[in-house]
Amino acid sequence: MQEALREVRVALLEADCALPVVKDFIAAVKEKALGEEVIGSLSPGQALVGVVHRELTRVMGEANAVLDLAVQPPAVILMAGLQGSGKTTTTGKLARWLIEQKKKPLLVSCDVYRPAAIEQLKSVAAQAGADFLPSDSSEKPLDIARRALEHARLRYYDVLLVDTAGRLAIDVAMMDEIRALHAALNPVETLFVVDAMQGQDAVNTARAFNQALALTGVVLTKLDGDARGGAALSVRQVTGKPIKFIGTGEKLNGLEPFYPERMAARMLGMGDIVSLVEEARKGVDQEKALELATKIRKGKGFDLEDFKQQVQQMRKMGGLSAMVDKLPAQLTQNINPAQLVDDKQIRRLEGIINSMTPAERARPELLKATRKRRVAAGAGVSVQEVNRLLGQFEQMQKMMKMMKGGNLAKMMRGMKGMMPR
Amino acid sequence: MFGLLKKSVDQAPARPWAERLRAGLARTRGVLGTDLSALFKRRNVDEALFGELETALITADCGVEASAQLIAALRARARSERPADGAELKRMLKEELIALLAPLERALEPAHARPLVIMFAGVNGSGKTTSIGKLAKFFRSQGRSVLLAAGDTFRAAAREQLVAWGERNGVTVIAQASGDPGAVVYDAINAARARSIDVVLADTAGRLPTQLHLMEEIKKVKRVIAKLDPEAPHEVILVLDANIGQNALNQVKAFDAALGLTGLVLTKLDGTAKGGVVVAIAAQARSSLAQARSTSKRPLSLLFVGVGEGIDDLRPFSARDFVDALVE
Repeated sequence: MQEALREVRVALLEADCALPVVKDFIAAVKEKALGEEVIGSLSPGQALVGVVHRELTRVMGEANAVLDLAVQPPAVILMAGLQGSGKTTTTGKLARWLIEQKKKPLLVSCDVYRPAAIEQLKSVAAQAGADFLPSDSSEKPLDIARRALEHARLRYYDVLLVDTAGRLAIDVAMMDEIRALHAALNPVETLFVVDAMQGQDAVNTARAFNQALALTGVVLTKLDGDARGGAALSVRQVTGKPIKFIGTGEKLNGLEPFYPERMAARMLGMGDIVSLVEEARKGVDQEKALELATKIRKGKGFDLEDFKQQVQQMRKMGGLSAMVDKLPAQLTQNINPAQLVDDKQIRRLEGIINSMTPAERARPELLKATRKRRVAAGAGVSVQEVNRLLGQFEQMQKMMKMMKGGNLAKMMRGMKGMMPR
Repeated sequence: MFGLLKKSVDQAPARPWAERLRAGLARTRGVLGTDLSALFKRRNVDEALFGELETALITADCGVEASAQLIAALRARARSERPADGAELKRMLKEELIALLAPLERALEPAHARPLVIMFAGVNGSGKTTSIGKLAKFFRSQGRSVLLAAGDTFRAAAREQLVAWGERNGVTVIAQASGDPGAVVYDAINAARARSIDVVLADTAGRLPTQLHLMEEIKKVKRVIAKLDPEAPHEVILVLDANIGQNALNQVKAFDAALGLTGLVLTKLDGTAKGGVVVAIAAQARSSLAQARSTSKRPLSLLFVGVGEGIDDLRPFSARDFVDALVE
């Protein structure tokens, strides 16, 4: 078990969880694991991973924490964080989210330092369809805040979203400034915006901001990247405040509730399989998927027509790369992202299949040299490409058989071969 | 609009660069340094001391692997050289760190091409546009003419941000209302030729390496530049935020694979973040170089470090100063 715990420690450190946090966590897990009876078919190592995952999930706290806006309007939300953590983009996303909740938000920027920061919030607000109160870099942030509060009160806005300049926790003057903003605005929510890629220093930053501002929640940004997001644990441990949202992507719909068990899996390199399944549910035509599933179960052949549907559904789910992102690191480390099919290639594949007769689609073995030449000419590709597609199809067919057994790891290995080179 | 800020920057007394880095890294030292000096003064070289050193390195974002490598090397040296006390062991660690980081030093020499085209890449919020603004000032102070290309056509107000930096430095900015980043950069290089400008700094939108379509887009920007001058871009620089943890390794790998990086800029070193991930990057570069010794590829250089908010606070990287400031 000592060895396994060491591995967990390294995994968490590589995920950028802060060292002191990791130490505390490992100590807690050790205690729990020793008390837990290791029975059944699981090896002690597997049981330990279970304990670790459960404990991580528990520590990262309640799922789906929502914003508390039950005050006399306007409810003020103050955004805070380091430079480049994603405050302005997140402010825009929150505005959109609030509008979807039938709220009327007003956006204002107190960032008078970074060139064009106010400009950025203005255009983000326009994208979100929210009202924006202009401010100028010659104004004092505190004056802007007071003016915005007054404006929001007079015009009956439900929520006032206040964007602020990025600041270092050790910049005394800037921390004094945001403390003054906090005092003047009396926000119902003070959200700390953290880059999911942040390293060991996340503990220091989070502690300093929490002491200065009495945070009410955390937003974890840039989670569409491949960072394992250990900062989530560090920040949560140090502040004790819930992670309320995660940010994915630059588009304004990229704001999702936080699910601790997924985050725990991601940190441990277990992959975000739950959200992959959800994604699949969204993107895939349920009926067709069901049809395909029964077909496979009945042992009937998986033909090229099915292959085409698979490929099309994959495209709906944002392409293979988006799927692979959500799978465990151990499975995907051997996949070269360059090998993944892009949209253009998917369309080419469709084109080739569309050039076949229904009989050929049902029985690909019919395709011999002459027919292949005809298909290639029809799709405007070379015969080699037709051959490659048939090769991929065969791989997929094998994969389908494995999927019947429900072996995901095997399936992923199969997928590797499927990618065109 | 920026008169107020400009004045205060201009009036600040010019300090020598080493001192400035030292001041910028004071907080870094505050966290790593005090720990270390207490460690070193305290006692003889023993097992616990190595353990605590490793902890300090990991806490500085040097990464589990690089830290373990450094400590292993230190152990080996300690066995043969028998340091008398902790202070001597500290000197050895500094030497190891300097040996590791020295190959990253390189002065940016803009003389060999005109215009010298420097392309910037990086994840969102790493500080690309701000670094370009500061570099514009750096080249201006060397007496070179500079032109900025607003290649971030995606993010809201990115163009306005670069234009503001151009105004501060009295430098022309080539921007288009919207559209293709490749086209903006193409125009900018043509404009630079027409005006015989020395240096073109090309901004690009922030992107995560997982966004494959955006990685394709930035490859295209590079191809467009190469169309005008097969030698260009002369430098492809990845801007890294010192706050970023081990993901920086992935970023270097992915952007290098896509663009063939020539250098790095490490920003935001004036906070409490230690930027130790540079050590991890250097360690990885060293081991991969050792594996493929025949390749002529030079190691990635760390060209500049950002040590403050002021326009003068982007400075050439010096391994000795960096390590001195880190381990004091």
